[in-house]
Amino acid sequence: MAGTADTTAATGAGAGARTGTGTAGATAVGARTGTPDGVGASARRPDGTLKVTGEFAYSSDLWHEDMLWGCTLRSPYAHAEIVSVDIGEALAQAGVHTVLTYDDLPAERKNYGLEIKDTPALAHGRVRYHGEPVALVAADHPETARRAAAKIRVEYRELPVVHDEDNALAEDAPLLHAGREDDHAAHVPHPNIVHRQPVVRGDADAAARRADVVVTGTYQVGMQDQAFLGPESGLAVPAEDGGVDLYIATQWLHSDRKQIAPVLGLPEEKVRMTLAGVGGAFGGREDLSMQIHACLLALRTGKPVKMVYNRFESFFGHVHRHPATLRYEHGATRDGRLTHVRCRIVLDGGAYASASPAVVGNAASLSVGPYVVDDVDIEALALYTNNPPCGAMRGFGAVQACFAYEAQLDKLADRLGMDPVELRQRNAMAQGAVMPTGQVVDSPAPVAEILRRVKALPLPPERQWEAAAEGGRGAVDVRALPGGLSNTTRGEGVVRGVGYAVGIKNVGFSEGFDDYSTARVRLEAAGGEPVALVHTAAAEVGQGGVTVHQQIVRTELGVGHVTVHPADTRVGSAGSTSASRQTYVTGGAVRHVCGLVREEVLERGRARFGAHHPAWTSAELLLEGGKVVTSGGEVLASLVEVLGDEPVEAVGEWRHRPTEPFDLTTGQGFGHVQYSFAAHRAVVEVDIELGLVKVVELACAQDVGKAVNPDAVVGQIQGGTTQGLGLAVMEEILVDPSGRVRNPSFTDYLIPTILDTPTIPVDVLELADEHAPYGLRGAGEAPTLSSTPAVLAAIRAATGRELPRVPVRPEHIVDV
Amino acid sequence: MRVTFTVNGRRHEADDVWEGESLLYVLRERLGLPGSKNACEQGECGSCTVRLDGEPVCACLVAAGQAEGRDVVTVEGLAGYEAARAGTAPREVGTVQQAFLDAGAVQCGFCTPGLVVAADELIERNPAPSDADIREALSGNLCRCTGYEKILDAVRLAAGRAAAPEEVS
Repeated sequence: MAGTADTTAATGAGAGARTGTGTAGATAVGARTGTPDGVGASARRPDGTLKVTGEFAYSSDLWHEDMLWGCTLRSPYAHAEIVSVDIGEALAQAGVHTVLTYDDLPAERKNYGLEIKDTPALAHGRVRYHGEPVALVAADHPETARRAAAKIRVEYRELPVVHDEDNALAEDAPLLHAGREDDHAAHVPHPNIVHRQPVVRGDADAAARRADVVVTGTYQVGMQDQAFLGPESGLAVPAEDGGVDLYIATQWLHSDRKQIAPVLGLPEEKVRMTLAGVGGAFGGREDLSMQIHACLLALRTGKPVKMVYNRFESFFGHVHRHPATLRYEHGATRDGRLTHVRCRIVLDGGAYASASPAVVGNAASLSVGPYVVDDVDIEALALYTNNPPCGAMRGFGAVQACFAYEAQLDKLADRLGMDPVELRQRNAMAQGAVMPTGQVVDSPAPVAEILRRVKALPLPPERQWEAAAEGGRGAVDVRALPGGLSNTTRGEGVVRGVGYAVGIKNVGFSEGFDDYSTARVRLEAAGGEPVALVHTAAAEVGQGGVTVHQQIVRTELGVGHVTVHPADTRVGSAGSTSASRQTYVTGGAVRHVCGLVREEVLERGRARFGAHHPAWTSAELLLEGGKVVTSGGEVLASLVEVLGDEPVEAVGEWRHRPTEPFDLTTGQGFGHVQYSFAAHRAVVEVDIELGLVKVVELACAQDVGKAVNPDAVVGQIQGGTTQGLGLAVMEEILVDPSGRVRNPSFTDYLIPTILDTPTIPVDVLELADEHAPYGLRGAGEAPTLSSTPAVLAAIRAATGRELPRVPVRPEHIVDV
Repeated sequence: MRVTFTVNGRRHEADDVWEGESLLYVLRERLGLPGSKNACEQGECGSCTVRLDGEPVCACLVAAGQAEGRDVVTVEGLAGYEAARAGTAPREVGTVQQAFLDAGAVQCGFCTPGLVVAADELIERNPAPSDADIREALSGNLCRCTGYEKILDAVRLAAGRAAAPEEVS
């Protein structure tokens, strides 16, 4: 096996492999810097060259001899009874190999779900949302499959639609899921509420009496889509042992497998999964899409089956960000100290639970924002409705709350006649602050500082459309104006506004979840140099986890040549690529296992060479630059000499310190392992006659604890900022009162283009969190929070309008 | 039907092509060239951008039959296309592609094939593009990961290197 480190041939942990379990407390903060492209360097992506040359194999690029194409038939109604299904004509089409419905599901288990298993693999007697899967086709050409699906005759009888809080919670409301037995069923006040979490601390009523100023508001957040570019897709290959091999784009292989295997009627070990190239995720791949369907078709036909959604189907194939209605009351004394917050957050979870319970927990626990407020009365809940299912999207419950509480802070500043940044800084939390949940924030929380930094940046020049223009005095570059190349203004009616916002996001899985990751690391001599292999099941979705794993191995083992094994289920779970957690948790696992490998190497070195040099037993030894060195820098041996012909390999799990569930009535508890903070300043120009907005600049300051890869961190911050911009001014899935999705395409659902996106200066702080590996702080989500309210604050400043809803549209800015 | 056309300098024949198939489908599924991407298949995202007789087009909006007898360049042939244009020896990675790597403009990478083809076309047409020119030229290419800042960096870098190739290390 030596010398094959660049291939995927390395086998699982064999004899002699060390195993171990670590915890956050077992490792010390601080990275060594002895090997190039280690922790703290902007190392290049290992998959970069393949991606720029078009050779990287995404899940939609896979091909297999003799493969078929799968297609899904989906419900045209949001709520209907299925009276009958006739597959005869579809099955008779030339080129069609099979058609499957609910009756063909092979196992007793028919449903799946991340937490609550309420989602049918194929609809049974009833559909609960527009786009719910009803039947499957496998054929020899994708168009043949689509045409055959259109020939499946389904008779529906429409049912009354549950579409908002009022009709979901009415006494005679149709129940989305009667007879619930999930963990939340017992404590929710109505069966159309998935989960409800109050957070009560202090005495909000008494505190309200101390307030000199009270502001209230009702805010709305539209349904945002992750809009990852790589469509849901994968290839299922039936195996001789009756199992299946699935090559798939996902955020968490092991969570998928746990949901897939029971519906297929297979033990988990017969569902072997390998991560295919993932074209973005942003939460939209936490839930299953075509995984079970492709496996069912492959197992039934005995042939490999590929499924690839087109963009239209993708809008139905994954959950979205919860739309929300948020009612807030903030009080403050005349000098700008917050007295209390009361709020009620209602999230629309749609037809199935997905991640709604955890989104509720986040919205409730983070609803006050990064401010110190001793007296709070908070309630957050998610509804079951016949709208599209909603679940994870970057920011996960904290986005909706941040939009509302930051609007409230601006409203309060206005009422107090105080500068909005100063009001925020006056109430900003810092290390040692107590959250509304009672949790003490026990690592740096530089909220006032990141606000100070974005405010101190120079403002972009006024009338920049003139500066950008060629042709001298009076010339205008319309590309720099609201409306752009539509040429709707040459500067007249354009008003500038500046706005600020700051947010707080949790990092990692919360509320008592056993949030761990597994890594396997192998070190060997090959071709006269030491090479390492790192193997995890962590989903690389574009964020650069593979780069980070290489960097950690380089730093910990002093080896330049590190190969990343493809992520698959031959190694233990890495947890989800979500909640800003992978650098922290799988990074932590890789670091921990590198420590096990290092110990084994040093033991071997002592056994072989200890007699020749006393430093082997007396000194602190490091692995750097391919050598064993003392902390004083003396070289004791090369790794090649120590390793000889025998690789060193270790496997281990690593978990962050435990969290605990929130109390169901008070919301108190050590619920989150870490918090992450970002602040934005938005500069906008608004054509106040047409209601068109040009975002000119969106500056961000964020604390990341330790920038393991500074370039990648900035890329995360700029990307997250841009998704927040999209929610602010353009992105919304429109659902009509009958529950039907009106804009499932990139023609009608708009995401920011390079023309819509401004310059995004980024200021990265690195204040170490002593509980986290290298002191790092999960970075991916926080910038998505504060971006949206900063843009809204800037538009309010330019227009004087209240603008309580996102996305803001021209008709909200001008009266039409 | 049979479609015969040139892809990346090589003549290809595709048989049994259904009339409704796009150029993108034929490239990806019949010719084994999946580099051009299928993010929307409706001409909105630019991830399938190829050159058709030199013009940048969305391959998903070109019927396969329209490519008959014509010359197509995909991301797989971009470095060779650039080398042929410049009269230099072919490299594995072209100037724009290398700049995307060096600027950190690649995250998930699904938009990258279309963007590097479009950016290469921009620089061929306009060797010293302003930021506004870059934004206008790339406005048909959606990226969901990067916020575009590092893509702008990459195109500026590529334009600079193309203008002064001796500075490329």
